[in-house]
Amino acid sequence: MSLSVALCHRFGGFTLDVSFDAPPGVTVLFGHSGSGKSTVLNAVAGLLRPDEARVEVAGTVLADTTHRIHLPPHRRRLGVIFQDGRLFPHMTVRQNLRYGRWFSPHNARRTSEGAVVEMLGIGPLLDRAPATLSGGERQRVAIGRALLAEPRLILADEPLSALDDDRKAEILPYLERLRDDWRVPMLYVSHSPAEVARIATTVVMLDAGRITRMGPAAEVLSDPAAAGPGREAGAVIEATVTAHHPDGVTELRAGGLPLFLPTLAAPPGTRLRLRIAAADVMLARGRPEGLSALNILPGVVESVTDRGGAVLVRLSTDAGPILSRITRRSALQLGITPSEALTAVVKSVAHEAADVGRAPQAAARTPGKGQPFPMR
Amino acid sequence: MADWLSPAEWDALRLSLRVSFWATLVSLPFGLLTAHALARWRFPGHGLLNGLVHLPLVLPPVVTGYLLLLTFGRRGWMGQWLDQWFGIVFAFRWTGAVLAAAIMAFPLMVRAIRLSIEAVDPRLEQAAGTLGASPPWVWATVTLPLILPGVIAGAVLAFAKAMGEFGATITFVSNIPGQTQTLPSAIYTFLQVPGGEASAARLVMISVVVAMSALVASEWLARRAMRRVQGR
Repeated sequence: MSLSVALCHRFGGFTLDVSFDAPPGVTVLFGHSGSGKSTVLNAVAGLLRPDEARVEVAGTVLADTTHRIHLPPHRRRLGVIFQDGRLFPHMTVRQNLRYGRWFSPHNARRTSEGAVVEMLGIGPLLDRAPATLSGGERQRVAIGRALLAEPRLILADEPLSALDDDRKAEILPYLERLRDDWRVPMLYVSHSPAEVARIATTVVMLDAGRITRMGPAAEVLSDPAAAGPGREAGAVIEATVTAHHPDGVTELRAGGLPLFLPTLAAPPGTRLRLRIAAADVMLARGRPEGLSALNILPGVVESVTDRGGAVLVRLSTDAGPILSRITRRSALQLGITPSEALTAVVKSVAHEAADVGRAPQAAARTPGKGQPFPMR
Repeated sequence: MADWLSPAEWDALRLSLRVSFWATLVSLPFGLLTAHALARWRFPGHGLLNGLVHLPLVLPPVVTGYLLLLTFGRRGWMGQWLDQWFGIVFAFRWTGAVLAAAIMAFPLMVRAIRLSIEAVDPRLEQAAGTLGASPPWVWATVTLPLILPGVIAGAVLAFAKAMGEFGATITFVSNIPGQTQTLPSAIYTFLQVPGGEASAARLVMISVVVAMSALVASEWLARRAMRRVQGR
């Protein structure tokens, strides 16, 4: 799959001007509300007709204003997962799931209904009416409905933002399975860094209708210049589960460095993505002694960026780049300068449940083993 | 045949049922189209169409009947043309009563359908489009099922209105027993002759029962339509 998008659209004093090529996997359009990310998604879906556009998916041109091409939404074969689910209220869950099936070409039918129902765990819901479902159940059905329409690409428009944190944690593993086990290419709109950290293969950052940064997820998220304010800044590293200790700690290894987390229900060998919020990382000179924190990562300062009252320090460690947010006073007292050796101290509890997800490459490892694990 | 109604009374009731049935059935497609246009489309003349549809509701029925006579009468321009090309004659026929009843009931039908269309979330139709359904399919599989109770309510209301139509009908097609003498015309005639009160009373009772059941049914269906659209 390849997705290539070039758009230019003006409305109400706002100009959207973006152009990007998305590699396989999940491409997240990331930005604050009003940055134009949903407009891009609507233009790709054909729900909006931009002033100038060229959209190509897997070799098929869906829109090209210079050649007066604009396929209507029903001829684009893209599965959209809307924020509010948008299940048809007059149909049962089963009828909702089969809806897109009626219109998909016979030779494109690869997805089996049984497999989708099983993967999403919606078997017991099939005869229910959408109005009787919980928000999380509704969104699972919406995922299944989009998947069964045999789309060339799935478009997800903030599919979790209408849900509370527990429901988000319930749905995220399913989206990860779409990415890893089903290998469904996805264009995903989000404003939540934690969500991006878990789901993204590629991140396209948008601000005021323009792309400010684009690249592989780990690279973009650990870039101080692209980091958001407050707890939003944080780096992503990948780690492998190595052991579960009897005292309630799971040991992981990232680039040769040991990491310790409260017990995770993932078997040893599982590759995980960890998001470490910059605010949870302290910096120390030399190796600190007598600390309650378990995770101590030696590294080298790569950059020091002043960010409105605070300082973001990017540290290169064997586990990958780590971001730390410290006060300007601490930065001055420590006298931090690029290329000097420092130690990052991460409290083991600092890894939030919603911030731990499976690494995108996980599927390549053992097919059929990708059970979503409970994260409480 | 039950003998609690005289043959003349039976004739009037049968004719009224036939006229109302056809008036409702024939105007339904036009009602759907007009309601959809008024609810969803923005076009020049939107307000004019809305006004025209509602005109029979506020005009004196005798005026509507007279305008119908001018247009669809034997010498009316539409009447002449339809007679010449299709052999359809409205003047002083039961078909004319159907036309008069349909025109008079049209605003009620359009209002009910329009309200139910406006209650449908267009984002559901959008979602159906992204799943591969072309606009006609979206209409048939999403819009129509969601508005169906509203459509039925509108049709029931129109039927009841057609059963009661008097002014426009009597002006347009007169009051010919067995041809154009519907229930209200028959009641009117019975009241004009001495000793006709008993016949009139029986027909009045039938009218009241038909009108009441239609209102109750329409109300119930409208409530169901709302529940359905809200997905409960």
